[in-house]
Amino acid sequence: MSPPDSWGRFPRVEQQARPLVWRSDALPSGERSLLPHGLGRSYGDSCLNAGGTLLLTSGLDRLIDFDPTTGVVRCEAGVSLDTLLRLCAPRGWFLPVTPGTKFVTVGGAIANDVHGKNHHRSGTFGRHVRRFELLRSDGSRRMCSAEENPDWFGATVGGLGLTGLVTWAEVQLVPIRNPFVVQETVPFENLDGFFRVSRESEADHEFTVAWVDCLARGRKLGRGLFYRGNFAPSQFERLPLVKSHLSHGSGLAVPMDLPAFCLNRLSVAAFNLLYYHRQRGRPSRHLVHYDPFFYPLDAVHGWNRIYGSRGFLQFQCVVPHATARDAVKEVLERSARGGLPSFLSVLKTFGDLPSPGWMSFPRPGITLAMDFANRGEKTWRLVEDLDRVTREAGGAVYPAKDARMSPESFAAYFPQRERFASYLDPAFSSSFWRRVNPVSLPLPSLEGRGDGAVPPASLLALR
Amino acid sequence: MKKVIVLGATSAIAQATVRLLAARGASLYLVGRNAENLEAVARDASTRGAPKVEFRALDLNDCEAHASLVERAWQALGGLDGVVLAHGVLGDQDESQRSWAAAELVLRTNFLSAASLLTELANRFEAQKAGTLVVISSVAGDRGRQSNYVYGASKGALSVFLQGLRNRLAKSGVAVVTVKPGFVDTPMTAHVPKNKLFASPEQVARGLLKAADARKNEVYVPGFWALIMLIIRSIPEPVFKRLKL
Repeated sequence: MSPPDSWGRFPRVEQQARPLVWRSDALPSGERSLLPHGLGRSYGDSCLNAGGTLLLTSGLDRLIDFDPTTGVVRCEAGVSLDTLLRLCAPRGWFLPVTPGTKFVTVGGAIANDVHGKNHHRSGTFGRHVRRFELLRSDGSRRMCSAEENPDWFGATVGGLGLTGLVTWAEVQLVPIRNPFVVQETVPFENLDGFFRVSRESEADHEFTVAWVDCLARGRKLGRGLFYRGNFAPSQFERLPLVKSHLSHGSGLAVPMDLPAFCLNRLSVAAFNLLYYHRQRGRPSRHLVHYDPFFYPLDAVHGWNRIYGSRGFLQFQCVVPHATARDAVKEVLERSARGGLPSFLSVLKTFGDLPSPGWMSFPRPGITLAMDFANRGEKTWRLVEDLDRVTREAGGAVYPAKDARMSPESFAAYFPQRERFASYLDPAFSSSFWRRVNPVSLPLPSLEGRGDGAVPPASLLALR
Repeated sequence: MKKVIVLGATSAIAQATVRLLAARGASLYLVGRNAENLEAVARDASTRGAPKVEFRALDLNDCEAHASLVERAWQALGGLDGVVLAHGVLGDQDESQRSWAAAELVLRTNFLSAASLLTELANRFEAQKAGTLVVISSVAGDRGRQSNYVYGASKGALSVFLQGLRNRLAKSGVAVVTVKPGFVDTPMTAHVPKNKLFASPEQVARGLLKAADARKNEVYVPGFWALIMLIIRSIPEPVFKRLKL
C-alpha cells in the first residue's frame, strides 16, 4: 500500500499504513506509534506519522442509525461527510457545520473540530457531536459526551487524533426545507468594505464567506467578493438558477502534477482579475444547489495537484477583532509582496460561540486562509513572517493546515496544551505533534526522515 | 433481486454489494461468522434503506446446518429471489502444499460448502421457477498456477459446478451468474502489494449487480480480466508449465 500523503503533499514521510476494518477490533500493538488517518484532507503533517503507523479509517465507514424525525445520525468514524449528505439531504436534513470539502471523515471533523461558513451562527462541528466512543491503546473504550467523560470529550474534540481512536460518533443534523441555497454575491472594494459587508450580513445570513483578490494593493487592498446565503424556503421565489458545470460527478480531475510553469505570478494574477471582474461590481442573487455552494473545489478531483509535485503550504490564521484590521492588512500586504501569490484567499468572521474542544482552533475574530505553492526557502520565510504577524496580533494558526509552525508559536496559540497533553494516548503520535513538542519526543529512535522534531530552519534545507 | 440471502456478508465485496442492494430497497438475510461484525453490516444496510434486514452468525463450513439456514432465511424474508454467495478464503499455497489439512480447508470453504448451499437454494429456486444465483468465483479458477493452485482448484471446481447448474436451471428461468473478479483490494489481500490491476470492492460490487440485472452467465470484473485470462488460457501447456506464474 502506498503511504498516504497529506493534502498539501508536503512533507512526504516514510510511514506504515494499517487498514482498520471493524470497530470492535483491538488496536494493533507494537513499537510503532499510531495515528488515525481518514481521507487525508489535512494540509500539512497533522495527518502524518513519520516512522510510525497510520490507522486507515476508511474501512470504518458503516452507518449505524439515522432517525429522520430527530435528525440524529450515528455512524462509524470513517464515514465521510459526503456519505452523510447523500443519506440525509434527500430526507430534509443537513450537516450542522461543514468545511469546504465533503471528503472528510466524521472522525477527522472531530479531531480537527472543523468549522464552516456558519461559524458565527453555529460554532464548530464539535458543538453538534452528541457523543462518541474513544478506543485507547490499553483496550479501554469510553463513551464521551458532555455528560459522560466530559474531560475526554473536551480533549478529543480538536485533539488531532492523539487521544485515541474515535470508533463511532453521533451527530445532531439540522433540518432544511430544500437542498438549494439562496446565494448573494456582493463585491467589496477593499478591506474596510469587507468589514462593512460582513457586519451587515451576519444577522440575516446563515452562511458568510469572502474571497479576496490577494494581488490588489494600495487602496484596493483586500478587495473581493462576499458570498452570503441561506437555505431556500420550501416554496421559494423565482430566482435565476446558476447551472454549475462543476457539480458533483462531473468527473473533472487533475490527472497529473502540473508543471511549474503553469502556475506563475501572471497566471495567478489573471485568474484573480478575471474572478473579481466576473462580478462586474454588481451584487447578484442566485439559487444554487448546496453542492457547488459549499463544495466548489470538490468538483475538481485532485485539485491539489495543480501545485506540482513539491506541493503547497496552506496558511490559515485567526486574529481577534481588536487587532484584526491591522493584522489582516499586514498579512495581505506581505503575501502580495513576497513570493507567489495565493490562488484562493478566503476571509471569514468567526463568532463567539465556544467549542467544547480544548484544542479547538476557531475563536472570536477574523480568519484568513491562503495557499502558497512550495517554492522552497522564499515561501517558507514568507509564511513564517505571516505566522509572526499572527502571533503578535494575539491570534492562532490552524494545525490542520500547517506544516511548519514553531513549538513557540504552538504554545502561544494553544494555552490549554499542557492540560491536553495529559490525555494523550501513550501509543499515539503524529509528525505535527512531535514537531511542535520537540522536548516530549516519545519515540526518538523511530523518526523516519527526521521531519518530526526538526525546527523549520532545517526543513528549509530539506527542500 | 428483492429478497436476497448474502452468504459471507462481512467480506469486503459482499458489504459493498449489500450497500447497493440496500439502497435499492432489497430485503436482506445476512450470514457470516462474527455476530458483532454482522450486526454492524446489518445496521448499515437498514440505515441505507433496506426495509428488512436479518442476520445469522454461522460457520458456513458446517454443511449440516445449511438446510435449516436456508429454511430460516426463507421464513424470515417470506421467500427468496436472490442469492449472493461471497464467502471464501484465499489460504496459503505454501501451507496447503505442506499440509493437507490446510488445503482441505480451502477446498471445503470455497467449493464444498458453496456446492452444498447452492444445492439447497437451487432446488427451491427451480421449484418456484424464478430467482437469481450470483456466485463469486475467481479468475484463479481459469487455469492452475504453481503460486495458488489449491485456491485456484477450489474456484475452478466452483465455476464448473455453476456451469452445470446453469445448464440445468435454464429451463426453469433461474439465472446462475458466475462472477470472476481479478485482484481486489480487500482485507483478504491486505498483505499483497497493490498495483494498477487491483479493483476496489465497490467496483466489483457494481459489476456484480450489473451482471445480475442482465442475467449474464459469466462475467469478469473489471472486464479487462476477460482478455488477460483469454491470453493465459491460450498458452500451450508445454510452455505454460515452464512459466513462473
